[in-house]
Amino acid sequence: MHLKGTAISKQDLDSGKVLFTRGDPHAHYTWDTGIGIGRYLEGLRKGKIFGTHCKKCNRTVIPPRAFCELCFSSNIEWRHLKDTGVINTFSICYVSWDAQRVQTPYLPAVIEIDGASKGHGILHLLDEVDPKLIRIGMKVKAVWKRPEERTGAITDIQYFKPY
Amino acid sequence: MTKVAIVGLGYTPPRPLTPDVSYKEMIYEAAVKSYHDANLDSHRDIDGFVTCAEDLIEGTSIFDEYTPDQLGAVQKPMHTITGDTLHGLAAAVMNIQTGLMDIVVVESHSKASNIKTYPHIINYATDPILNRPLNFHPHTIAGLEMQNFLSHTKTTLEQCAAVVVKNKKNALKNDLSCYGARLTTREVLDSPLTFSPLTQLQMADHIDGAIVFVLASQKIAKKLSKKPIWIKGCGWISDSPTLETRNWNVCEYARLSAKMAYKQAKIKNPKTQIDFFEVDDTFSYKELQHLEAIGVYKEGTAGRACLNGDLDPDGKTPVNVSGGCLGVGSLLEASGALRTLEIIKQLRGEAGPRQLKKANTALALSWRGIPSTSGATIIFSRK
Amino acid sequence: MGTKGKVAIVGAGMTRFMRRAQETPKELAFEAVRAALDSAQMTLGDIDCVIHGTAPDAFDGIHMKGEYLLDGSGGWQKPYMRGYVGGGTGVFAPIQGWYHIASGMFETALVVCEEKMSSCQPHPQGAFLTIFDNMTERPLKPNLLWIFALEMNRYMHTYGIKLEDIARVSVKNKNNALHHPAAQLGKEITLNEVLNSEVLAWPVHREMVSPTSDGACAVILASQKRAKKITPKPVWITGVGWNLDTSYWTNRDLAYPQYVENAARMAYKMAGIREPKKEIHIAEPYDPFAYKELHHLEGLLLADKGQAPQLTADGVTARTGNLPVCPSGGLLGVGNPIAAAGLMKVCELFWQLRGEAGARQVPGKPHTGVAQAWGDLMQVGTVITVKN
Repeated sequence: MHLKGTAISKQDLDSGKVLFTRGDPHAHYTWDTGIGIGRYLEGLRKGKIFGTHCKKCNRTVIPPRAFCELCFSSNIEWRHLKDTGVINTFSICYVSWDAQRVQTPYLPAVIEIDGASKGHGILHLLDEVDPKLIRIGMKVKAVWKRPEERTGAITDIQYFKPY
Repeated sequence: MTKVAIVGLGYTPPRPLTPDVSYKEMIYEAAVKSYHDANLDSHRDIDGFVTCAEDLIEGTSIFDEYTPDQLGAVQKPMHTITGDTLHGLAAAVMNIQTGLMDIVVVESHSKASNIKTYPHIINYATDPILNRPLNFHPHTIAGLEMQNFLSHTKTTLEQCAAVVVKNKKNALKNDLSCYGARLTTREVLDSPLTFSPLTQLQMADHIDGAIVFVLASQKIAKKLSKKPIWIKGCGWISDSPTLETRNWNVCEYARLSAKMAYKQAKIKNPKTQIDFFEVDDTFSYKELQHLEAIGVYKEGTAGRACLNGDLDPDGKTPVNVSGGCLGVGSLLEASGALRTLEIIKQLRGEAGPRQLKKANTALALSWRGIPSTSGATIIFSRK
Repeated sequence: MGTKGKVAIVGAGMTRFMRRAQETPKELAFEAVRAALDSAQMTLGDIDCVIHGTAPDAFDGIHMKGEYLLDGSGGWQKPYMRGYVGGGTGVFAPIQGWYHIASGMFETALVVCEEKMSSCQPHPQGAFLTIFDNMTERPLKPNLLWIFALEMNRYMHTYGIKLEDIARVSVKNKNNALHHPAAQLGKEITLNEVLNSEVLAWPVHREMVSPTSDGACAVILASQKRAKKITPKPVWITGVGWNLDTSYWTNRDLAYPQYVENAARMAYKMAGIREPKKEIHIAEPYDPFAYKELHHLEGLLLADKGQAPQLTADGVTARTGNLPVCPSGGLLGVGNPIAAAGLMKVCELFWQLRGEAGARQVPGKPHTGVAQAWGDLMQVGTVITVKN
């Protein structure tokens, strides 16, 4: 089978042997956070983690949402959850978001938040821990930014650390 | 072929800004209303789901990820169509016609107000090697096309302005409209020149909103709904994407997609067999160009018809009774949904002050906007 | 849920997969389409409709990428539609082709998938940032490796799976790819080489990750009536399934792909397959990362939960085993131009079931196969079953 396709190298581009055009995206958005995430971020600014509870499904979820995606009801209650949790899974990542190598690894984890139903967590980062010692099931606690530094964003929690 | 009907519709009132709700919450509201309208016992009765969306409009790559929850589609067959709502409706029709599904939901929405650099986004749809380095505003392409249309068909500027006057006036009777107004053709032509020969008032403004439809097979449709609206034919076509090779004189996507839909719906003479039309009017001239391409008016005659009042709600061929994109606003990929929404209301006899006396069969035509040559046509009927 | 009208694959073609192609996206699509048409001895005039599949527009920096690619894909003045389910698109596109024909609306369909990831500089990883939730995740600057690493870790933890168990998949697929003329990363590699490769995001090692690639694939589908006129060896699509789970991935059980099981059950039901382990002869599950092949074998009900590693260790999934898995070399070996990689798996089944896979041909005249792709935020399964 003869297959078409011409492989080129980075050098072919750098040397001008193969021509190309360049463009930098200028794509900007301001997303409306709405009711569910709006209140969640507002809570974070106050140093509180909120979830929502669906009575019909008897399920407390985080991130909170204005309706239950399973039973499709908007009959939900807001719940103040703890700022502690358990590591559901984690990684030790040596690559940045744009694929550059980093010396100090990122420690992303899914953290099941205490007060939410089992298995319900959020994506966040770990710190103040020796990467070799991180285990699934480890208890962790949020480390918050100082109140005056908080902006109503997921990064108002700097990271989670074992406690 | 299995007959397919629209049995449910739900929507949020379109507005230029919707800061109070997220896109998910907006869609949820439309979905709940739509499922109620379709007399569904539960969202679990739905077999399949289609969302119409484009990544760069949403500001999220693989936007498909964020589509299921707000429709009750978790762990259900669901997919995205990167097309207008009419493309999505065609996909849903095919899903049902395979016999694999009985009830399929189609969703589309716009959060246009959240896009801060819209002209740049549209510019990324032009050819990156041949066009983008020329650094022109993408709407210039509409100016080019309009110039060609005027010269080729001898349509006048006043006739184009008459489309704006008509649609903005129609919109005053539509409680969903955001841009209804009483204007004169003079005012339209005297508004600021934007992309010559276009003036400001000849270009549709964007709005936010969500629209959800429930489609069902013949068997189920009759059980669910007293007023099912049947999809008699659907066509969709794309012409050449490049500016350099397209035929500027003929609007092929409209002509060929209508031809495809007419064949399925057994329509030989659209002007007499179809009672009213909801066709894309993103720019004033587009309404006229589309009417000529789909064979309702001969080349160079739609503009005069508009000026004569033939396209008015009480005219021979009512066009955009809803107010169209110019009067209601443009919902981006959900613009076809607005066309469909008006048709369903009219065919059900639920159009209130806009209700047409004769409303048995109607045609919707959408266009995917600049710089595309993609469009779709659907023909709806009460029977 | 019996469906009307059978649909067959009657032609297939692809380009080489490579890190960086000189061809533009349109040219890549054209080459694949040309090869598929030639294989079926058809012309574009014989094609009733065109279905296009391609992954995020952000890779190419092209908005409405489907429209941009349509002339290269043969969509000019035809009914042309682009469906999209993220990484699952490559197997979804032929499903979409199936429903175009099975609906009775068309007799033939051209299905094209293309990806050019090298346009995104300095690395397509940058574009992946924008797949995460704009409000609750993107500010954390996540990359795609995170979610794979998090899922892999949970899978290993839940079933007590070791790194060696997962590394064996890389060894198998990269060696299989040595025989694929399109392959970007076919190589003789040992278990130790995989285990000793750079740790990118623990537990993910470099040799457990598919590369970024440029490439295109195309297949031609036809109704029963037309298929028999086109080729004496049609490969029939017997079942299709697709399924999308919630966006809230941090609320899900990451150890098991329930959505893949749902999609597989939908396809098996349509195909009348009751015992997939016995009735499926070849499997091409989605393997962008080594553990995903195992995860997906379980979701496809071809292995019990947590047991897929044992099948690999026992050689069952080798090209000469009882259930050859990714005889093509998979994404790990052939390459991963996202949507095109999924369709490559369907092409592989087409060639294998026609006995045209050359050096990759699995022994024993296989009759049935399953291909599967996966995508979005670890939430979509697309499944297609075929027989000759």
